Amino acid sequence: MELAIGIILGCCALGAGLAMIAGIGPGIGEGNAVAKACEAIGRQPESKGAVTSTMLFGCVIAETTGLYALVIAILLIFVAPGRLVDLLVSTMAGL
Amino acid sequence: MKQKNLRFYVVDVLLLALSILPLLAAIVLKILTAPPSEGISITGAQIYVTLPMPIQPLIITESQINSWLIMLSIAALCLYLTHGIRARVQTRRQLLAEWIVETVDNMIHENMGEYFAAFAPFVAGMLALSAFSSLSSLLGLYPPTSDLNVTAGWAILVFILITYYKMKCGPWHYIKSFGDPVVVLAPMNVISEVATPISMAFRHYGNILSGSIVSVLVAAGLAGLSERLFGALPGFLGDFPFLRIGIPAALSVYFDVFSGCLQAYIFAVLTMLYVSSAFPKDEYEQRKRRRAEKKQRLQKSEQ
Repeated sequence: MELAIGIILGCCALGAGLAMIAGIGPGIGEGNAVAKACEAIGRQPESKGAVTSTMLFGCVIAETTGLYALVIAILLIFVAPGRLVDLLVSTMAGL
Repeated sequence: MKQKNLRFYVVDVLLLALSILPLLAAIVLKILTAPPSEGISITGAQIYVTLPMPIQPLIITESQINSWLIMLSIAALCLYLTHGIRARVQTRRQLLAEWIVETVDNMIHENMGEYFAAFAPFVAGMLALSAFSSLSSLLGLYPPTSDLNVTAGWAILVFILITYYKMKCGPWHYIKSFGDPVVVLAPMNVISEVATPISMAFRHYGNILSGSIVSVLVAAGLAGLSERLFGALPGFLGDFPFLRIGIPAALSVYFDVFSGCLQAYIFAVLTMLYVSSAFPKDEYEQRKRRRAEKKQRLQKSEQ
């Protein structure tokens, strides 16, 4: 029983960690976006306002995939272990 | 004249108090109902009442109560800003109110066009509610926007608006728009249609929630670290978490203030862009013209 609960908790934590690998993608993407925005501002300093707001908007859109991974990781850490352990306990009680 | 002045001031103070009292009430409610906790814990919204309902029990949580109190506070603040507004006399608060209205009108004008000018109050309300909800964590309240139910509700509202404006050219045009480049891609179009509200809800909720989780983790880590570093000092000095002074505040400026306001802005801009791009303007005008011509022809034949 303890072993089963331990495996559940460990696998949930492992899954959350693996899910957050998705953080690489938005990191690279947003870095590229900011680099290009810096270049654009360097070339045309007068367009700083428009470039900055467009860049922020694009960054937020690029962040979406990372946030999906984050939501899954949060569910795996805070919600899934309790549900799974409850399920395990109820099935063990039924046997 | 003097009596009128006095009444004006009384109403003024009342409105200000009305805008602050809901927040105080939320803080008091939080203090009264918060369970005693040891150390640092990350929990969801607290459940206040569970009402029995035919299909499923209705759960009233901290996030609902907080968002209603914040709405009350915003409404009172708006009344305060527009209290005693006149055409000529320019008070500071009137200038502020005019600036807010003009900014939102400009945003609508730039992002949506003239046809959607009536959208300004909706977008401004959403912006204010979202920003104030995220900023309420500065008062120690549970920010309603870090609850998925709240942001999902807003996203569903936006989805209904999007669908309404896509339906403007009739249901047949709406169904045809799914098979846009080729009919084979229809499932993909359906998925991308459904993904819009999901991504809007997750974006707002994930940003605020991840900010609060990171802040809590950093505060806990700093407490442990300062215990390691200064634990050997005698008496009070050994127990006091020195590293927790200031460093979490700097994080809070980013996560609570900057990120909260940015997400509110992004939510409003996304609402505007999605709604205005959902509306097929050219086809709507063509359809309107065709209908007018048909009507004219009918009238002529009747004559």
